[in-house]
Amino acid sequence: MGFEPRIVGFLCNWCSYTGADLAGTSRIKYQPNVSIIRVMCSARIDPTFVLKALSMGADGVVICGCHPVDCHYISGNYKAMRRFPLLKKLLKEFGVEDERVRLEWVSASEGQRFSEVINDMTDKIRALGPSKIRVQLDADKVER
Amino acid sequence: MDKKKLQIALYWGAACGGCDVSVLDTNEFILDIAAACDIHMWPIAHDGKYKDIEALEDGFLDLAMYNGAVRNSENEHIAHLLRKKSKVMVAYGSCAHIGGIPGLANTFTREEIFESAYLKNPSIQEGNKTVPQPQTEVDGGELTIPAFYKRVYKLDDVVDVDYYIPGCPPAPEQCKAVLSLIVSGQPLPPKGSVVGASERALCEDCQRKKDEKMIKQFFRPWQIIQDPEKCLLEQGIVCAGSATRSGCGVRCPDSNMPCRGCYGPMPNVVDQGAKIISSVSSIIDSQDPEEIDKILSGIHDITGYAYRFGMAGSLLQRSVR
Ligand code: SF4
Ligand code: SF4
Ligand code: SF4
Ligand code: FES
Repeated sequence: MGFEPRIVGFLCNWCSYTGADLAGTSRIKYQPNVSIIRVMCSARIDPTFVLKALSMGADGVVICGCHPVDCHYISGNYKAMRRFPLLKKLLKEFGVEDERVRLEWVSASEGQRFSEVINDMTDKIRALGPSKIRVQLDADKVER
Repeated sequence: MDKKKLQIALYWGAACGGCDVSVLDTNEFILDIAAACDIHMWPIAHDGKYKDIEALEDGFLDLAMYNGAVRNSENEHIAHLLRKKSKVMVAYGSCAHIGGIPGLANTFTREEIFESAYLKNPSIQEGNKTVPQPQTEVDGGELTIPAFYKRVYKLDDVVDVDYYIPGCPPAPEQCKAVLSLIVSGQPLPPKGSVVGASERALCEDCQRKKDEKMIKQFFRPWQIIQDPEKCLLEQGIVCAGSATRSGCGVRCPDSNMPCRGCYGPMPNVVDQGAKIISSVSSIIDSQDPEEIDKILSGIHDITGYAYRFGMAGSLLQRSVR
């Protein structure tokens, strides 16, 4: 079997998780490569979570939150919006490919959009190949 | 040798020497140490040889303080040796604690480092092709030097460490406090503790005024005339204070320079750089992605801000190659 990406998805409870749920109840098919972790708000995503997922071997990480203006906590997604580009800047300097980490706004009515985001991300990471982060760290332990 | 005295050794691995100096910086207290301890090795002040340490019984030393990171096989070899000979092993300073400045080299490969240091450096003679090799055949035998590792490690990546004293270098008062505690024979804190530091964030001890002000532009320290009373971050100067353990005595902000994080992460924080990213981005005054990008363009070298001292101890530990 070819390479199948493992993607970790952090979805906010109020919009994006409900959107993913809608994709399910609407029987929209999408690739099964994302493991979803529900959080209350996109602002809850500490950059630590993304780094931790990558260091444990995730091939990609997607953060989904409510569209700007729609956050259940009014400004949580703006916090995510400010944090994310700085995290991306860091990841770029570490040599982590752009396609591996994404921030997407998905509303509760966008089951279709959620499935498209996941399909697109899965395809791109599949083309990119597995992440080397975990492999490299394991190899470091054996050969200095 | 007086067996009632504390038997100690200090060593530098991949270090700059500053940590050894910081112990000297305890001034006349050093005389108390000399009176209370037999010093078996201390590169900057005492002439101990590896063979002297090798000759000791296992567990003979009461305390070994190792500063510097682990960059090569000699650093690791001596770390193992001291661990074997000591009851208590202390990682002294940022380099031993979380990789320190040498850890920044983990953004490059060994090959790139060699190329830049030995082949492409402007001070290298044209055409020179000499790059250090662990083994070299010469007339009359083989010469060996320590092997340069692929990347930098913190001390506890290679040996079991009992305590950590953070700082680049640790503040002399903190060094003194910890050594006094050990000499006094009082019970030591639980294994794995960070000692000689506080449990608070540096911001809590920093006297600069905080207003929850947001900013539209970042500056390097030399780019603006700063207000000496106000929080540096709130003036747009990246300061790691909110993501850094206090204990240094607020050395940098009190000298009008931002904190760069040498005392390492706060208790229970997994990744200091992640927290620095959170805290720095939280100060941006914008809800527009384009404007946010523009403001962030004022931050050069986010790796250097996030992991100035903690790269080897971070979640990613090194760049992906
Ligand atoms: S922690 Fe700082 S002072 Fe100590 S050896 Fe490392 S670079 Fe030098
Ligand atoms: S961010 Fe820096 S200057 Fe501001 S309060 Fe914290 S330590 Fe002080
Ligand atoms: S202010 Fe920050 S960088 Fe400066 S000595 Fe203290 S902990 Fe280290
Ligand atoms: S609740 Fe959805 S982003 Fe805040």
